[in-house]
Amino acid sequence: METRTDRSEAGGFEDAGVAASIAAAMGRAAGSLGRRVSIMEVCGTHTMEIARNGLKSFLPPSVRLVSGPGCPVCVTPDAYIDAACGLAVSGRAMVATFGDMLRVPGSGMSLEQARAEGGDVRVVYSPQDALRYAEADASREAVFLGVGFETTAPLVAATVRKAAAAGTGNFSVLPGNKTVPPALGALLDDGETEIDGFLCPGHVSVITGPEPYGAVASRGVPCVIAGFEPLDILQAVLMLLRQILEGRSEVEVQYFRAVKKGGNPLAQSIMREVFEPCDSRWRGIGVIPGSGLGFSPAYREFDAAARFGLAAGGPDEDRGCSCGRVLKGAIEPAECGLFGAACTPEHPRGPCMVSSEGSCAAAYKSMG
Amino acid sequence: MCLAVPVKVVSVEGSTGKVDVSGNLVKADFTLVGDVRPGDFVILHAGFAIQKYDPADAEETLRIFREIEEAEGAAERGE
Repeated sequence: METRTDRSEAGGFEDAGVAASIAAAMGRAAGSLGRRVSIMEVCGTHTMEIARNGLKSFLPPSVRLVSGPGCPVCVTPDAYIDAACGLAVSGRAMVATFGDMLRVPGSGMSLEQARAEGGDVRVVYSPQDALRYAEADASREAVFLGVGFETTAPLVAATVRKAAAAGTGNFSVLPGNKTVPPALGALLDDGETEIDGFLCPGHVSVITGPEPYGAVASRGVPCVIAGFEPLDILQAVLMLLRQILEGRSEVEVQYFRAVKKGGNPLAQSIMREVFEPCDSRWRGIGVIPGSGLGFSPAYREFDAAARFGLAAGGPDEDRGCSCGRVLKGAIEPAECGLFGAACTPEHPRGPCMVSSEGSCAAAYKSMG
Repeated sequence: MCLAVPVKVVSVEGSTGKVDVSGNLVKADFTLVGDVRPGDFVILHAGFAIQKYDPADAEETLRIFREIEEAEGAAERGE
């Protein structure tokens, strides 16, 4: 995501000559390895960029990129969507959300359908916009849907802190933020997916720093934190192949222009002040201990689930789709029986087809 | 959902200010990055700066890309 002048020109982040060189170097590394290699790109933004730029065509045939559970919208469970829809339809509150949540199906309806049934659902660019709605009309409850990983959670925390400081009592957040490293550990525990290396999320790591992936690397799985330009992603895959070839499993940072040692300590401290780790349900995967962010005691009054008596953590509806196995990287989107037929971006059955960052939507789009 | 872009800070008033997003002035919150000054670069995500950004590190990344290209050229020539 560089400024426009950085893109496409020779010597920039999309330089075709460099891409060809990286592809050749990957080919040699893969040849020396002499076996199949599966690399999981954890982040949904990476999934989208890989599909958009056709980056899989640069990989050696023995190297497979599989998508992981890194699309926050995709891993948000039915019960959370149901709670948000129920709240909007009941008229007890205005529900403010990032736009990509709108079409995600719950067990009954999506937020878009809740709005069609008269629910007050508004799309916002930032959690601060939700707070501004609350400030503009003190007689109306405003609830922000706190969905997203470590990239987004500090913004939500900072907004809650602002509401607390200003005494904005009609603002609250339905807590649904999640943290990435526990999910990677859970995928390795699960063992259903063969993973030789993790292409780790760039903007999550801007906040956390590279350190939290040490636990994964110490289990023998190399990690490289990648930026989002085509050459960033290709170079990170090359770095992973070289680690595998040399028998190393370390945390390396390709995206060092944004990811610093220790991450962003100020953002971390604000996040820790407002939230505390809790168990959290990931759609299709189940409850992962310590992978969610609930409110700390000092900020519990801003918990919309408590304020409105909402249960947002129950199990998912069985909708006959294989989202869970797709989210774990255990199968490719096309291996799901619904893919491209009963489930398309126009009529999505599961969340992986709804979000532009979902692995099914990305796979559908790259079919042309 | 984790989309974020490097942008230049144009003005600062307290913990907020304006940044340049592809030529458009956009409001930004600097609570998560502490002190910033006009002319600094930050990474912007959903209205918040989430990290300071040094353009020299981007130059260094491009230099590494060129190095890979040169090394590969040498490898192809059998050097």
